[in-house]
Amino acid sequence: MTTRTAAPERLRPVRRTRTTNTRRRESLTALGMATPAVVLLIVFLVVPVALAFALAFTDARLISPTPARFVGLRNFTRLFEDPVFYKSLRNTAYFAAVVVPLQAGLALVLALLVNAKVRGVNFFRTVYFLPVVTSMVVVSLLWTFLYRKDGLVNHVISTLTLGHFQGPDWLGDPATAMPAIILMSVWQGVGFHMIIWLAGLQTIPAELYEAAEIDGATPWHRFCHVTWPGLRATRTFVLVTITIAAFSLFTQIRVMTQGGPLDSTTTVVYQAVRTGYDQQQTAYAAAISLIFFVLVLTVSLVQRFLTREKD
Amino acid sequence: MTSLLKRLSGHAGRVVLALVFALPLLFMLVSSFKPDDQIFGDLGSLRAFLPVGTLSLDNYTDMFERVPAARFLLNSVLISSVTVVLGIIVNSLAAFALSRMRWPGRKLVLTVIIATLIVPFETFALPLVWWVNQLPLLRVNGFHLAWTTGWMDTYQVQVLPFVANAFSIFFFHQFFQSIPKELDEAAIMDGAGWFTIYRRIVMPLSGPAVATVAILTFLPAWNSYLWPLMVVQSEELRPVMVGISYFFQLNVGWGQIMAYSSMITVPILALFVAFQRSFVNSIASTGVKG
Amino acid sequence: MVFRKRRLALASVAAAAATALVAGCASGTGGSSSGASGDTLTLWTHNAGNSAELDVVKKIIKDFNESQDTYTVELQSFPQADYNNSVVAAASARKLPCLLDVDGPNVANWAWGGYLAPIDVTGSEVPVEDQLASTVGTYKDQLYSFGFYDVSLAFFARKSVLDEHGIRIPTMDKPWTRSEFDTALAELKKSGEFDYPLEMGTGGSGEWWPYAYSPQLQSFGGDLIDRNGYKAASGILDGKESVEWGNWFRSLVTKGYMAKKSGADPNKDFLAGKSAIQWDGSWNAAKNAGKLGDDLAIIPPVDFGNGPKIGGSSWQWAMSSTCSNKDGAQEWLKFSRQTKYFVDYAQATSTIPATDAAAQQIADYQPGGMFEELVQFAREYATVRPVTPAYPYISTEFQKAAQDILAGADPEDALGQAAKNIDNNLKTNNNYAG
Repeated sequence: MTTRTAAPERLRPVRRTRTTNTRRRESLTALGMATPAVVLLIVFLVVPVALAFALAFTDARLISPTPARFVGLRNFTRLFEDPVFYKSLRNTAYFAAVVVPLQAGLALVLALLVNAKVRGVNFFRTVYFLPVVTSMVVVSLLWTFLYRKDGLVNHVISTLTLGHFQGPDWLGDPATAMPAIILMSVWQGVGFHMIIWLAGLQTIPAELYEAAEIDGATPWHRFCHVTWPGLRATRTFVLVTITIAAFSLFTQIRVMTQGGPLDSTTTVVYQAVRTGYDQQQTAYAAAISLIFFVLVLTVSLVQRFLTREKD
Repeated sequence: MTSLLKRLSGHAGRVVLALVFALPLLFMLVSSFKPDDQIFGDLGSLRAFLPVGTLSLDNYTDMFERVPAARFLLNSVLISSVTVVLGIIVNSLAAFALSRMRWPGRKLVLTVIIATLIVPFETFALPLVWWVNQLPLLRVNGFHLAWTTGWMDTYQVQVLPFVANAFSIFFFHQFFQSIPKELDEAAIMDGAGWFTIYRRIVMPLSGPAVATVAILTFLPAWNSYLWPLMVVQSEELRPVMVGISYFFQLNVGWGQIMAYSSMITVPILALFVAFQRSFVNSIASTGVKG
Repeated sequence: MVFRKRRLALASVAAAAATALVAGCASGTGGSSSGASGDTLTLWTHNAGNSAELDVVKKIIKDFNESQDTYTVELQSFPQADYNNSVVAAASARKLPCLLDVDGPNVANWAWGGYLAPIDVTGSEVPVEDQLASTVGTYKDQLYSFGFYDVSLAFFARKSVLDEHGIRIPTMDKPWTRSEFDTALAELKKSGEFDYPLEMGTGGSGEWWPYAYSPQLQSFGGDLIDRNGYKAASGILDGKESVEWGNWFRSLVTKGYMAKKSGADPNKDFLAGKSAIQWDGSWNAAKNAGKLGDDLAIIPPVDFGNGPKIGGSSWQWAMSSTCSNKDGAQEWLKFSRQTKYFVDYAQATSTIPATDAAAQQIADYQPGGMFEELVQFAREYATVRPVTPAYPYISTEFQKAAQDILAGADPEDALGQAAKNIDNNLKTNNNYAG
């Protein structure tokens, strides 16, 4: 950390001596390096996404004998009158608001647990990572079994409470369906972010901990003054990616509840896919996606603004 | 004394958590050896996690009869590994340029790249189908090369759209930022070029990041389902996840599904264990000493 | 500096080469563009992983390829779960195969959308007129598709269980009435032998919902849409009779007769004695008979007022409009229309053959045969789902309404919202004219 702050002072004279020629060369090289990725992103992401968004202003259907026509904002006015859309927005926000702190926090705890130099730590890392490598479709199927009224989750609850408490039909009850999906999603995804935190933890030089040790810092102090500041870049990454993934909640819903019961688990992306594919309303689905994009972009920009630190 | 207690409680926490994470998958693995009736019979008790009752490999043999599983595995291994290798090169190069070099517009490019993370794949899959079908394709016809149009029903349509990945670029970018910039300056003083810095200094220090990105790219490639269904018509080119819906026909074979799921999970686990070592090794090799 | 630049250039070339390498892996199969290359035609089916039916398709293709020298048909099979997405994607890329199968209720939608071309199969061994009406797909008075079989739903029960509880075993002449059915369920529930006496597969998803339950709605006197012109659902889907159905459907759950959501395998639960009466497809008839023998009762649907009803129409064969070799495609369609193949399908898949001639060759379907009634159900009670391009939309709205009703929504509100959405959809699409 100390080297960081000292560096610019030391390097300033070096930078000043550089000619504009070297600068230009640096720019050109940078462009050359970025080009493959940028070109691929433009071809396979930007162009199709732009096409998809353009459809939002037409009457395009999935299957139709006539070509799409421009209809202005018709899809958007319809969308703002759609009660399911508001429910989807609310459910999505609810999911994200719980999952983001829960998953990020739990992942950090796990990362700290398995960053210890103890025997068998590789084993634990692997076990915590198990759900991540299992496809979400498979995981959702498994948990549908576990969440049944006569399923294992309730069996465990009943055993632990000595039969005093009988669990509900988790996915069949509007009050418990979303919490059940939240729990499963965190279980599935937390191992991944544990790895990300772990990668971050390992960039913190061991000397800093040694120095703290010599200074007689408590573990909590060590965490606050060495670990946490050292994870700055990782923090932003974890926050942004969990947020975006949480907003995109879809597969679990598709497999487990199809938005029910009584719209308690319908989400924006689920609604977009249902209207776009099952209901063949391509243009309407495009409008949903476009609104979704704008909303999540706003949230991410606000997030980045809030978490940004002075360089 | 207290430190021993602390260590023990730390271990107890790790073990309890391990159970929570492993049990549902243990259920999958154990069920793959049981007949369907027994899977459902055991569902309400701890027997669901135990290899008890009638156990056999029947589900596995049936599964191989129902789905060309070997071929699908081979395809997925090919598709995923090519995507990973190309992805690591392409994305780390871009991230290097974005995080360590100075050029006009880099902040904007980074913001736009992060913004592309937001659009869920499902929402633009269909325009993408149409679009990849407009792209030129170089086909090998005996000894001739011929340009045709349309990428449907190929391996490359399952690879190239997923090589450049905003997540990976973002991750590399964040990681590269935590490597002291003085290293670059010193190297430049010694006459090294940017590409040398990338290859000789930054990448060797980025073991954990490369491992993470490898997993990050591998997982979605391995699990891709909707896309191959839309763009691949030939059974010989299909990847593993498509196989799972082969079982959801009239007679759902739950035991077979468990067997198939176990089978497609094991290779990624092996991969993870392999890459996981590079995290550990990277601690020793880290040259970040300021 | 120059040296370093060259390195970068080398790296770019390497990346390009790697890309080209992947490009070179392009499949050699090709040929599927516009469904045929010359006289080699591609055929798609939804039967990947379902070897019973797939083997029949393979057999017909093999016989056809050997029967003449001009055409060759090649098979591609897809998993059923997302078969429609595969077809839609191919259509958007103009890469539909020449021949494809299609689920009956989707024929109007695909014909309207220009996916399918009308077919002419005159001169084939089995005339179209000989088929069960529900196995023939027409749109705007033109023939687009035909199927080899249909399936029918029925109630399955154990005679011994019904006798024990004093429940009459109904016949086609005298099916259960609504009050009789409700009394029977109450009786079974009271016995305490069953958590849920009735099993109707409520854990299913997708097309199962309109297929299984909308005929009951029709038996109440309601319907999914006004079939006169297919221009409105309001007043029909949310009409008095439909709401009556909704209340009844909901009461099955509130009274504890039926699970809100069935287990993973309802038929297994029924055979294990967890439920007394199962509403299920003819495809499980043979399995049930094998397990229960003479104790198995195959019961006609309940007459809720407007006669017993079951859904008709299953998978059918069609030709794509973009097919570049329509003569060849129709040759195959004609060739396949032989009684022996109708028999093969029915036997392999435990379905009901689409013609009498085929039914007569299967012992169980003959008069006096074990499953004769199932053939009669298909003939007498089958109602096709609305033949309109709007059907896929109607289907999703009905699914949601029915699921919401079971979850506790007010039937009038749920059906009213569905009717309103369908009307809106019809309006924005100009009633699917064109």
